[in-house]
Amino acid sequence: MTTNQLRYPDEELRHSPFHERMVALSARDSWSAWNGYKLANNFYDGEYEYFCIRNMCGTYDVSPMQKYEITGSDAERMLDRLVTRDITKLREDRVTYVVWCTDDGRVIDDGTIFKTGPQKYMLTCGSPCIAWFRKACFGYKDVDVKDVSDTIAGLAFQGPTSYSVLKAMGLDGVETLKPFGIMNFPFKETELMVSRTGFTGDLGYELWIDAEHALDLWDALYAAGEDYGIQPFGEEALNMARMEAGFIMPYMEFAEALKTVHFEHDQTPAELGLDWLVDFKKPRFNGRAALLKEKETGPKYTLCKLDIEGNKPAEGAEIYSDKDCANQIGYVTSAMWSPVVKASIALAMIETKHKDGDLWAEVYYYKELRPYKKVAKCTLQNKPFYAPPHAKKTPPDPF
Amino acid sequence: MKKYDAIIIGAGHNGITNAAYLAKAGLNVLVVEKNDYIGGAAVSRELEEGFTYSNCSYVCSLMRQVIHRDLNLTKHGLMIIPYPGSMTYSEEGEIFYNYNHSEVAYNSIRKISPHDADGLMRMNADLTRYATVIRKTLLRTPPDPTSFKPKDIMELLFLAKEFWSMGEREIYEYVRFFTMGAAEFLDEYLENDLIKAYYAVSGIIGTALGVYSPGSAYILLHHVMGDVDGSVGAWGLSRGGMGSISKALASAATEFGAEIRTNAPVQKILVKNRKAVGVVLENGDEIMSDIVVSNLDAKRTFTNIMDKDDLPEGIYEKASKFKFKGSSGKVNIALSGIPKFKGAVDNPFVNRSSAYLVGSMEVMEKGYDCWKRGRWSDDPMVETVLPSPWDPTMTRPGEHWMSCFVQYCPAELADGPWTPEKRDAFGATVIDKIERHAPGFKDLIVHAEIRTPHEIENEVGLTEGNIFQGELTIDQLLFNRPFPGYAQYRMPVKNMYMCGSSTHPGGGVSSACGANAAREILKDLRKTNTVPEDDCYDD
Repeated sequence: MTTNQLRYPDEELRHSPFHERMVALSARDSWSAWNGYKLANNFYDGEYEYFCIRNMCGTYDVSPMQKYEITGSDAERMLDRLVTRDITKLREDRVTYVVWCTDDGRVIDDGTIFKTGPQKYMLTCGSPCIAWFRKACFGYKDVDVKDVSDTIAGLAFQGPTSYSVLKAMGLDGVETLKPFGIMNFPFKETELMVSRTGFTGDLGYELWIDAEHALDLWDALYAAGEDYGIQPFGEEALNMARMEAGFIMPYMEFAEALKTVHFEHDQTPAELGLDWLVDFKKPRFNGRAALLKEKETGPKYTLCKLDIEGNKPAEGAEIYSDKDCANQIGYVTSAMWSPVVKASIALAMIETKHKDGDLWAEVYYYKELRPYKKVAKCTLQNKPFYAPPHAKKTPPDPF
Repeated sequence: MKKYDAIIIGAGHNGITNAAYLAKAGLNVLVVEKNDYIGGAAVSRELEEGFTYSNCSYVCSLMRQVIHRDLNLTKHGLMIIPYPGSMTYSEEGEIFYNYNHSEVAYNSIRKISPHDADGLMRMNADLTRYATVIRKTLLRTPPDPTSFKPKDIMELLFLAKEFWSMGEREIYEYVRFFTMGAAEFLDEYLENDLIKAYYAVSGIIGTALGVYSPGSAYILLHHVMGDVDGSVGAWGLSRGGMGSISKALASAATEFGAEIRTNAPVQKILVKNRKAVGVVLENGDEIMSDIVVSNLDAKRTFTNIMDKDDLPEGIYEKASKFKFKGSSGKVNIALSGIPKFKGAVDNPFVNRSSAYLVGSMEVMEKGYDCWKRGRWSDDPMVETVLPSPWDPTMTRPGEHWMSCFVQYCPAELADGPWTPEKRDAFGATVIDKIERHAPGFKDLIVHAEIRTPHEIENEVGLTEGNIFQGELTIDQLLFNRPFPGYAQYRMPVKNMYMCGSSTHPGGGVSSACGANAAREILKDLRKTNTVPEDDCYDD
């Protein structure tokens, strides 16, 4: 036992249920925070861990994510009113990706809804949203929202060999699990929920278990994964993988509407390229009228995927419609050199009316402390930068 | 019979690259390959069930990423994974760990020698400076220094500008560097023998030079001027083995309409009225085409598949004298488990990746002495690489394979020709050496492919088994490669070109030779260029 007394215990970040194992594998001791929990930036090297996702398999601790259990006979109605997608179509043991908006149609957050029982859902999202969800329950009699963030441990398990590891772990039947499907397996004296979901664009799963069994799950998974290259990965690797998959990140691509000061600094689903999540066939949902109005005129901005010439990542670049950089039409939200695609890629907010014209990025970079800039031609991409066919196969390819 | 716009002889990676860019420009292209598989020396083959080897080349760094990007090789299945680290063993079993991660590497070196940890930073800065200049020449056609054509003068000016940008003192250093020995160069920065030995390996791999021979410093640079995702000097593994590069290129080429025919060895390039007009296959088939591109090395091209009478004076002689000097062997070993090296730290980045069984620069030089006397080294330099812990596609889970690059092994033995017995004895020398450093290694062996220069020449078609298609010495580099006056991919017979590693920028899986040749061919045909500019000019 250590005799050191922390002077400000309230300032200390909390440890996720997997922390003990992650600390043992953290060669760099590099952490940041997520919802009050310690979150690994990397364990050894971000790019190395990124390649584990693309080449073998890796785990990412999603326990700090917010998890809400929504139950009751009115749970479906409440959720259907809350999010822009049609939740009445969501079958049991299926997961769906959703956004929810203010009455002005501005995105509050994105997340996933798991239908785990006839009147039972789990909603996960990046930031706490309990106050908004409680509000959303007004008027419904039988619905309960419970924050289960601290009691359910979550581990994203991603990469081409992930399926083979789950098989090696003895999860019989996991071969039939389709993308966005859920399966439950007995594990020790509890139940392990496996969903075929993830944030990397690769083959992958998310494993959900009660917090007290988290370390058992970790040990079983790592024992089964030893010959399949299993490694933990941190935020840096995740951010690379999600960018290649074209997924949006809060405070990169969008500002959460409820926390935004300026009324135009947040986004609508269509601006984020998520208009496919908005189901106007539903008669009522939060933001419907505003979004319908936007649909007529089209969104002012559209989030675009850009392939940018040259090898310099275009972080913070501004987008112009002309090579002389006279007419600014947008800005880069996330950018990187993609090691898999071998291209400089970016997500950028571009004025919709200009997005199909010429696009030029003014790219800023440093060489040994000296700033440089160059104007680089951008090519609009309609598909994710990296979407390997093996990611969606059922059953997945074995190794 | 169908007439083609272009026939490319040899489906090595440069031949296929060339075909891809010609086909992309709309040409009707045929690649003919003597083996029943494509790839040349960038090849992955399963010789034992469940084990795929990178049979020849085994790691990748020079591959032009702009070609990867331009031909969308990712879509065609290519992925290059950075390589995590290595261990270098001294004779006494002392180990130097080198990590891909720069901070971790610094700390590892500092434990052995604080002096060398600092010295290496300076050395890396110097090597990066040299590499930055030379990298810009890789996807360009060398100028002819005796020509007054505007394009040659422009290109000479480009080179002059790049060299001048280094500053006056560094230009002198660079010129000196080109004629230095690797050992001499390393002595300027380092004091520890083991660390020197590790870097000296890059100075002798594939070449018939010793660490003290003038010119081996350039070989060192040739091995560190590549990069993986901008990390200069880093090496990567091609997922699925080096054959994945050839396969991805072939998939891109055929998508553009190129045809690739295997089991089609060429007997002769047909020349009429001093113009190449097609090829004759060994089975007697004649295939006509407007141009003929040889991806074979300079010696095989001019002395094996061409008539001396079809060539202008001097060419046959130059080709005969082109320096090859086979000096390397390769042993690929299938393993039932992971080998355990003596004394290695419990860290997969080094103990499951690469072990350099080097000894010291003196041991390497003694190995070179054996080669000079027509024997393989008694105590050879062996670079072992374990791709399987980092690539799940090459073996079954829990099983592994090891690539061993061996320096030195002569193409011709003093005691008569190579025989299967001598080949196996060479393999035993290598395996015994690994067993000394990794006790129990032999018990893991499931299968081994042993390749001396003799096998490499006969199976791959590289003269004397020289991995670079000709030595990378200054007399055979840039505008001297393959011969002075013929460095721009056009050969002395009209409508005939070369696109292999015998041309600029030389050996290595870079795709640069094939792409550069395609650009020159398209220029002659007045077609729109399809070959991209390199992306390294802003570096």
